[in-house]
Amino acid sequence: MSAPQLEIPSARGFWQLTALLDRFAPAATFVGLIFAWEAVTRLFSIPSFLLPAPSAILASALDLPWTVWLGHLWATLRVALAGYAAAIAISIPLAVALTTSRFLSRTLYPILIVIQSTPIVAIAPIIVVTLGASDLPRIVITFLITFFPIVVTTSTGMLATPEELIELSRSLRAPRIREITHIRLPYAVPYIFSALKIATTLAVIGAVVAEFVAAERGLGFLIMFSTSFFKIPQAFAGLVVLVALTLVLFRLCGAAQRWLVPWSLPRSEL
Amino acid sequence: MLIPSPVIRFAAVGQSFGKNDGSAVVAIDGVTFDIGRHEFVAVLGPSGCGKSTLLRLIAGLIRPSRGRVEIYGVPVTEPRDEIGIVFQRPTLLPWFDVIGNVTFPMRHKFGRVTDGERARARDLLALVGLSDFAGKRIDELSGGMQQRVAIARALLLDPDILLMDEPFSALDALTRDEMSLELLRIWTERPKTVLFITHSIPEAVLLADRIIVMTPRPGRVAEIIEVPLPRPRSMTTLADPAFNITANHIREQLFVRPAA
Repeated sequence: MSAPQLEIPSARGFWQLTALLDRFAPAATFVGLIFAWEAVTRLFSIPSFLLPAPSAILASALDLPWTVWLGHLWATLRVALAGYAAAIAISIPLAVALTTSRFLSRTLYPILIVIQSTPIVAIAPIIVVTLGASDLPRIVITFLITFFPIVVTTSTGMLATPEELIELSRSLRAPRIREITHIRLPYAVPYIFSALKIATTLAVIGAVVAEFVAAERGLGFLIMFSTSFFKIPQAFAGLVVLVALTLVLFRLCGAAQRWLVPWSLPRSEL
Repeated sequence: MLIPSPVIRFAAVGQSFGKNDGSAVVAIDGVTFDIGRHEFVAVLGPSGCGKSTLLRLIAGLIRPSRGRVEIYGVPVTEPRDEIGIVFQRPTLLPWFDVIGNVTFPMRHKFGRVTDGERARARDLLALVGLSDFAGKRIDELSGGMQQRVAIARALLLDPDILLMDEPFSALDALTRDEMSLELLRIWTERPKTVLFITHSIPEAVLLADRIIVMTPRPGRVAEIIEVPLPRPRSMTTLADPAFNITANHIREQLFVRPAA
């Protein structure tokens, strides 16, 4: 009779342990990976110019004053955000134009495809020569890398609007502009936000590519500069800051969606 | 005595659609019928008989290739204010709450919603049995509730004519019966001329005064049937012998005739 009573608490303990594991598994994996990295570099005495240990990366990061880090971070962030903002400001009206006018779609779309097919890294030096040494060419490069997914995804969302809603709009004889502002654009909002999340990553890539070509500040520049002096741990430190920056921007974008347009998220994600 | 002109009149209406390969498909052909004021008419037929084409012709969303479609004796050339539409899917707007969806036609047509309209929308929500749901998110509602909201939305501008395109076909069978009786109750409280498209024989017999039975390819009127069932109707109507006689008669029209 007492056997089931003994079994039940132990079963519960097992499930609690499983739940705990499930909750902390991502963080534990991450921490475990860093320890493994540290262990491998020490165990096999890997030289730091091949693969620096996490501890060496941290030490080299602390070597630079935080004001210097902040300067580089701000230089990259400034360009990424400006290019990102320009991409949003241009892409969404462009998507509206492409989806509402057959003429514009036929004339503009091929041009967009050509721009998208051009390796931006290859024309980046040309843009820098043409536009001079300021933030402007870097912002243009960031914009060029960022804008296309926003255009395509916004257009897809606008065209995914159910036909019945368009018929409802026509049966009400509402002004045509409201078909776009009241129905098609709001309908595209979940699509737009998925594009904006992807675009945060692209904006950082754009800013770094631009710094590789021409810059005297920024995290991309820091990585280039460090590697040319074989300061590999410092280059890795720059990389870590870049990854952190991208993650923060990505999360901010999700937070903005939750705050501005909560209806566009499934209830389970609220 | 003056004979009142019908609310909706189809006179030898034909509709063809061009296909991409250049040929034309005849959706409906030689369709003639009249619908009187506050009549509840069901259009019944299998897929491909042009039922939805009828609805879009009355709504003024398409123009007939042949013949005339008239509302109150005037040919339909564009959408008119007297018409409300309920579609097969609720197609509500997830960025508005329930009350926002009901007032949407007003906002969409005139750019703003007055307090008077908002009060009207609340009355309509009470009419469709959703008084307590005005502030709810759309995805908090069941399929049947969403279609109730769509009915309230269609009634907002107080149309004389209500067009319904298989509105309950996406619902489960139990909800469907419940919604049919709800629709009859709403129609009794707010009499409208209703054109109800369906491919369910029991649904058509339970709801309609008359049933326009259509055959497919091209869609033609096979027969127009008067439903000999008294109103008000309820679940017990389903047990009325006249219900089964009418339903069987329609079944013969749809399935026996092509084989003969």
